[in-house]
Amino acid sequence: MSGPIPFSKRRYFPAILGLGSCAGAVLLVELLVYVELLNRFIIPPPSDVVAAFPRVILEEHVLSRFMLTAGEALAASVLVTIFGVAGGVLLYQFNLLRLATETWVAAIAAAPLVLMYPLYLVIFGRNATTIVMMGFTAGLAPIILKTLEGLAGTRRVLINVGRSFNLTPSQQFWKILFPAALPTIFVGMRLGLIFALINIVGVEYLINFGGLGQLINELAERFDIAGTYAAICFVIVVSIIVFMLTERLERWLRPAG
Amino acid sequence: MSAVAMPSERDAVPGAAEPILVVDRIVKRFDTPDGTLTAVDDVSLSIKPGEFFGVIGPSGCGKSTLFNVIGGLLDGYDGAVRVGGETVRGPHPAIGMIFQEESTFPWRSVIDNVAFPLEIAGMPKAERYARAGHFVSLVGLNGFERRFPAELSGGMRQRVSMARTLAAEPKIMLMDEPFASLDEQTRLLLGDKVLQIQQELKQTTLLITHNITEAVQLSDRIMVMTYRPGKVKRIVDIDLPRPRTSEIVSSEAFGRYVAQIWNDLREEATRGLLDDESRKLRAGGPS
Repeated sequence: MSGPIPFSKRRYFPAILGLGSCAGAVLLVELLVYVELLNRFIIPPPSDVVAAFPRVILEEHVLSRFMLTAGEALAASVLVTIFGVAGGVLLYQFNLLRLATETWVAAIAAAPLVLMYPLYLVIFGRNATTIVMMGFTAGLAPIILKTLEGLAGTRRVLINVGRSFNLTPSQQFWKILFPAALPTIFVGMRLGLIFALINIVGVEYLINFGGLGQLINELAERFDIAGTYAAICFVIVVSIIVFMLTERLERWLRPAG
Repeated sequence: MSAVAMPSERDAVPGAAEPILVVDRIVKRFDTPDGTLTAVDDVSLSIKPGEFFGVIGPSGCGKSTLFNVIGGLLDGYDGAVRVGGETVRGPHPAIGMIFQEESTFPWRSVIDNVAFPLEIAGMPKAERYARAGHFVSLVGLNGFERRFPAELSGGMRQRVSMARTLAAEPKIMLMDEPFASLDEQTRLLLGDKVLQIQQELKQTTLLITHNITEAVQLSDRIMVMTYRPGKVKRIVDIDLPRPRTSEIVSSEAFGRYVAQIWNDLREEATRGLLDDESRKLRAGGPS
């Protein structure tokens, strides 16, 4: 007869372990600041950060700033996914194009694209479009590369199954190549969205325009260190929302495997 | 309740005595860094409707090349492949293929894998699921319809591939070492399943294998191929009673056929082994 399931095997154990580790790290930082091993003027005690939340929420209009950054992140995510996946497909379909540009695309992925913001300011002006386009530019290359990798890595036998059933090129793509490549494409999307979000908040900070990046800039310039960290926590919330959406999308598109 | 007509037996081609599949003097060469390699040389065979035809040969004798040529996945060969008198130029709807490698779609459940060719054919959802369910049941996977391939064993996944190919109702089923990655016991039991399905559907089948036991257990005739270039060495009629099961492997007649085919194969397999070793020596590999 089988006994009760051990606690460590339960479905919710990884989530509890994750939250527990996070809480443990916060407590450790609190302790290190308390015993003055960490400088509280550089790293505030987490309890001060928690205490700063109501002030940041009520006095700094964090909700509207949060919505602006989240909106920019969402717009950049949609753009980067559409154009990144399409770019990867294009490079897969046309080998000459792939041979001619793959190295460049890889080089762009590694470049500090945030330094291009003055150019984007000239092109688009000091507005949300500049920020979205900076996020888009930064997130594009990883999605292109991972889409290409996913499509090129489709097992030959699966393609042959499609051929044996006389699939048209369009069916071959939508019924076999695309679903086979989806896990790798989503790895690229996650990487691309990280790059996009970093650049969105970074450019908001640099050009002091709207959103959470501007809030972080303002709080930092006021030496409100606890408030700065509280605002950073809202950036993490945006990141979590974007990741949860991509996970949902992946599960919907490819329920298993 | 809507009734869906289930195929109990494949349509026989007009003139049942006429071969349904004719392979006529196939020669397939490949360009390699060491020069031109003739993989298949002047191979001819003909298969009657409902027949189970085995092709056996040592590794590297061109069996899989022949499989791909007949299945229409390879071109650029001399000779012709004809199905019911029609020359095959590319994948043909009358031919279904089961591959050696694991070929289920991991993102589709068992029932969705099996319904795949019906979905491609544009069959309405309810009808294709009813029909796919019939083939899932035929390969003995009832209760696993909603499972995904990752949740199944290797033998079960091969049965899903088989059901998917059968669902397209091909006149000829090609199998390329479908049980090569399975253990001996699973292989024998799956052989039983193949025999049962073949006898139930009168499915014309061409099996490529390097396993003598499997070939004798399943086939009506076996073509023995030579090692490189792959030529027809001999065609052996297997006069064992049908319906067969894996119990046949313990019979005296079965043993005689296995010994006879091994006699033909031994020389070819030895040639293959020596050739492989000399190539490794030339390449500076392990001796």
